[in-house]
Amino acid sequence: MRPAPLAGAVAVLLVVMVAGLLVGAADLPLAGVLKALADRVPFVHLDSGLSVVERNVLFELRLPRVLMGALVGGMLAMAGAGYQGVFRNPLADPYLLGAAAGAGVGATLVIVLIPGDPGFGVPLAAFVGAIAGVLLAYVLGSTAGRGNGAATLVLAGVAVSSFLAAVQTFIQQVKAEDLQRIYSWILGGVGTADWHQIAMVAPYALVSTLVLLAHGRLLDVLSVGDEEAASLGLSAPRVRLVVLVAASLATACAVAVSGLIGFVGIVVPHVVRRLAGGSYRVVLPLSLLGGAAFLTLADLVARTVVAPGELPLGVVTAFVGGPFFVVVLRAARRQVEP
Amino acid sequence: MTVRVRDLDVELGGRPVLSAVSLTVPAGSWTAVIGPNGTGKSTLLRAVLGLVPSRGGVTVAGADLGALKPRERARIVAYAPQSPSLPAGMTVFDYTLLGRSPYIPHLGREGARDRAVAADVLGRLDLAGLAGRPLEHLSGGERQRVVLARALAQQTSVLLLDEPTTSLDIGHQQQVLELVDQLRLADGLTVVTTIHDLTLAGQYADDLVLLSGGRVAAAGPPAGVLTRAAVAEHFGARVRVEPGPDGRPVLSPERP
Repeated sequence: MRPAPLAGAVAVLLVVMVAGLLVGAADLPLAGVLKALADRVPFVHLDSGLSVVERNVLFELRLPRVLMGALVGGMLAMAGAGYQGVFRNPLADPYLLGAAAGAGVGATLVIVLIPGDPGFGVPLAAFVGAIAGVLLAYVLGSTAGRGNGAATLVLAGVAVSSFLAAVQTFIQQVKAEDLQRIYSWILGGVGTADWHQIAMVAPYALVSTLVLLAHGRLLDVLSVGDEEAASLGLSAPRVRLVVLVAASLATACAVAVSGLIGFVGIVVPHVVRRLAGGSYRVVLPLSLLGGAAFLTLADLVARTVVAPGELPLGVVTAFVGGPFFVVVLRAARRQVEP
Repeated sequence: MTVRVRDLDVELGGRPVLSAVSLTVPAGSWTAVIGPNGTGKSTLLRAVLGLVPSRGGVTVAGADLGALKPRERARIVAYAPQSPSLPAGMTVFDYTLLGRSPYIPHLGREGARDRAVAADVLGRLDLAGLAGRPLEHLSGGERQRVVLARALAQQTSVLLLDEPTTSLDIGHQQQVLELVDQLRLADGLTVVTTIHDLTLAGQYADDLVLLSGGRVAAAGPPAGVLTRAAVAEHFGARVRVEPGPDGRPVLSPERP
């Protein structure tokens, strides 16, 4: 891909991340923050001039939170782009095959069953639940119907999602006293991010990123359909499986540490397509960077507009995403009937 | 390369679509598969490509196509479907480049040679000026040529074209078929097309294969296949068949 859009996206992401580090209940000075960050680079020694409290705010609160926001946003947007390539539908999102509903069941179960949750129970259960949801949909979809593979898979995803959502609602109703915690998990956020959580999901995020970025060209080939792809020597089901596994892993990472944040997976790849073209070799890396920037910014908004309170991150993204979605749909309709 | 199909049986959804279809397409020649709607013409091409399961054998220059890996097969046989899906937003050049897929390493990217081949093909098809244009901004005739360009970028010796003239006006039909003929002669391609227009089929193809009810009803040079009786029997149509100036049959419909 051309270097200009990539450099632009990296620049935007860096600016947004630095803004995320500076702004908050206690504003930090730009020069001090940059020096403190540079000081952490091996063999570089700089005096940042930050107080101990400021350094703690920077390294224990802001930095993990900004990194987590970027990681979650990048994963969701890239996974969304991957799902859209697999299903050849720009409206597919990373929760299409039951990742969200599966994670919801997992998280709800832990919240209900383990009152004194040590902190890693919910992310772990959400991660496992997301993977299990997609797996269930995939097994159901590939055993139920032959022929039109992708469409059957989507239907299986719908069935699994609504079934798991029903299970989740049932558990939640049985233990109504935990409603508040369950609800706040569902609305999503990265407010509790710490280095431990980042270390937990980073390896999976890295693997799925490498796999997805390597499949950009193959998703372009897949965009002519299974049969034509086969005539070009490509096995569409195999590519679909690999991309689905990687994208679902990315989704599970995001869901595990942030709950259910909607719209990022659809909105960001759409914007990228409008600005930089439809090839997945461009859409995947730019969605990764754009999603990271978008969610970092959304988190900045979430924790500043009603300060000292916080808006749930899912509310902020949906607030932007909802109207945007309408605009996209209207534009798409104009294309169909000129 | 000579394409041989032997005793090909295809069932789709438990229903036999093709039974014991055999045909031979000599290297460098053009064979047109004709027949009424729903008789399995497209299925025959798809079965040759291995896109639908079949019994029987398909060989190209003596090599069993079914035994080849998909990528190897895609370097021998190229295919342009009847209604290709043209991804919105993709440029003509990128679409043509998809034809290089069998040569590009699975997770790799195209090299300078792949780009050169794609550019060369676009030049030959008079599409160089459209290279940067998105597919959805093309006319019907341009679209057909772009699909042909992708197939040619595969640099195969066998070209399977499913109804290359569908939805084109008579001028563009001629243009596309002339183009295929020039490419065939220039590169020594072996061409198999399905085609609805019987007169056009007779004008361009060396041999015709008439499929009816999933079986080969007649095969051979156009004058022997396109007879008034055969058209009446298999298409249920009344036509007058007369030899044209080049001796090839010209069909004119008659009202019953």
